[in-house]
Amino acid sequence: MAVDPSYMTYAHRRPGMDHDLYEPGYLPDRAPVLWPGGRRLAVWIVPVVEVFPLNMAPQPLVPPGGMTRPYPDYWNYTLQDYGNRVGIYRILDALVARGMQSSAAVSAVLADRYPDLLRDLLSAGCEIIAHGRDMGTLHAPHLNIADEAAIIASVRDRLAQATGQAPRGWLSPAMVLSHETTRLVAEAGFAYTCDWVNDELPYRMTGPAKGLTAMPLGYELSDLRLMLDYRHMAWEYERQVQDALVFLLAEARRVNAGRILALPLHPWLVGTPQRISALERLLDMIAAEPDVWVASGDDILSAWEAGQ
Amino acid sequence: MSYPVPADQQQPAPDLYAWNPWRNRPRIEWPDGKRLAFWVAPNVEFYELAPPRGPARASWFRPEPDVLHYGIRDYGNRVGFWRMADMFDELGVRASISLNVAVLDHFPEIGRAMADRNWELFSHGVYNTRYQYGMSPEQERAFIRDVRDSIHRVSGQELAGWLSPALTNTPETLNMLAEEGVVYTLDLFHDDQPQPVRVRSGKLMSLPYSLQVNDWTGLHTGAGTARDYARMIRDQFDRLYAEGETLGTVMALPLHPWMIGYPHRWQPLADAIEYILGHEGVWHATGREIAAHYMTHYHDRDVARLFGGTDGR
Repeated sequence: MAVDPSYMTYAHRRPGMDHDLYEPGYLPDRAPVLWPGGRRLAVWIVPVVEVFPLNMAPQPLVPPGGMTRPYPDYWNYTLQDYGNRVGIYRILDALVARGMQSSAAVSAVLADRYPDLLRDLLSAGCEIIAHGRDMGTLHAPHLNIADEAAIIASVRDRLAQATGQAPRGWLSPAMVLSHETTRLVAEAGFAYTCDWVNDELPYRMTGPAKGLTAMPLGYELSDLRLMLDYRHMAWEYERQVQDALVFLLAEARRVNAGRILALPLHPWLVGTPQRISALERLLDMIAAEPDVWVASGDDILSAWEAGQ
Repeated sequence: MSYPVPADQQQPAPDLYAWNPWRNRPRIEWPDGKRLAFWVAPNVEFYELAPPRGPARASWFRPEPDVLHYGIRDYGNRVGFWRMADMFDELGVRASISLNVAVLDHFPEIGRAMADRNWELFSHGVYNTRYQYGMSPEQERAFIRDVRDSIHRVSGQELAGWLSPALTNTPETLNMLAEEGVVYTLDLFHDDQPQPVRVRSGKLMSLPYSLQVNDWTGLHTGAGTARDYARMIRDQFDRLYAEGETLGTVMALPLHPWMIGYPHRWQPLADAIEYILGHEGVWHATGREIAAHYMTHYHDRDVARLFGGTDGR
């Protein structure tokens, strides 16, 4: 019995990461940034508006919210579509009523499937983040690079044409990536990616991803993680976001450096009647805090860049 | 009654330790008459983005590159570790680090931060994506020495404890650890007190770790909130503290910076640790210190009682 000797050699065991997409960076060492008006906490609200095709392939994996039952899976298909018909309007109304800026991550096919919804997102003041073609088109290693590049370009172009502005941010469907996705997103001219959930502040990517900034959308505090993966109740979600808000404000004041609280919101989860009031209470709490700046990802990125 | 096993699947079933029921045990008394030894064991880890495939299992949950889970773990080194260090400084926690020693190579700043605080560094292998499964005895020995040398180089510490990377073992691991001078293993979950482990030569003890009151099980597989997890910690403590009065018990608090470093989890965990440290019968120590106390005062007694006086066998 023995393992192959290559299994006990370590090609990347040296200072730095085990890849060239970014370099190490530690929270206490990051250049301190204060948000406009000297505010300490930027709140980045991100409605995630996803289109799940009824006939999506189960490979290479079924994304959260995808079709898990034999075709035709009306169960999951309609639960997700509910979000784009009903839930999203509850979220938008809550944001507009409080005058809150946000960034909507949208499947590009929304421009064809529900053009009215895309217009409603724009008139609610949402920045549009490109969230792939649809939830059935995952950027996993099974794609060849030319096909993947073509998908990214077509997503960018379709959203640019439909909204009058090329999207600056990218979020891969289900955060599934190939080894080339981040490079291709950089080469397609995006300013930022939300795919790397390893930080709470933006950081510049390097090497083949040079030019791209990683924005801290995160995952562990997302509605998806807490209420789908962990099956937490809406009031438990609410309590945890409150705890995060209180902690981040205290930390930001203590070290006199700005922090970011990102809130991804899936309308098929948060937009349901039993959960929406938890979100509304959170938004009230955020609105009442004078040290908070509610902003789009693009505006947060600009403010961060100005402080570098 | 026997269960037929195909010849090519038959493996030895070593007698790892002695039957030692919780009733009528002799007492362990911790220094200064303390009744519970409390140690905090964060796992400081490096998961490779593109690890080689080992013989036993894949390293990642999703098809590689599993950027989502890589990112979650990398958060521990960029953000979570530093929050944890602040928390421990504030609460007076002396950590015992379950360390993937490659962290010392990739992130020398983290190595210095741990060494400067005098935290114990013990082994969690090289990377959490390289498993001990399938290693030959020569390979396993080289692996142990690599870890030992890496820790010594950065901290000057002698390696005392071993938690196999991702809890992967060969049938020879425990023998090999004893031969290489490791004092305690954390891979056995059979007791709430230190126990002697049967090894071919030398001495080895098991120190209670926990897969139950572990943030991975409390927060992730158990899907609790941080408040739920803090409640688990307190309940675990209350019981072990009560039983510790007559028996002397150990409570481990295994953590991962990539789970506990988040803003929404910080306060409940800090409150739970503060609660434990506020009890006067608690001896807050490192794994090495607890192991040394047991080895000095109780190991030979237990070997005599449990193994009939033969050293470790």
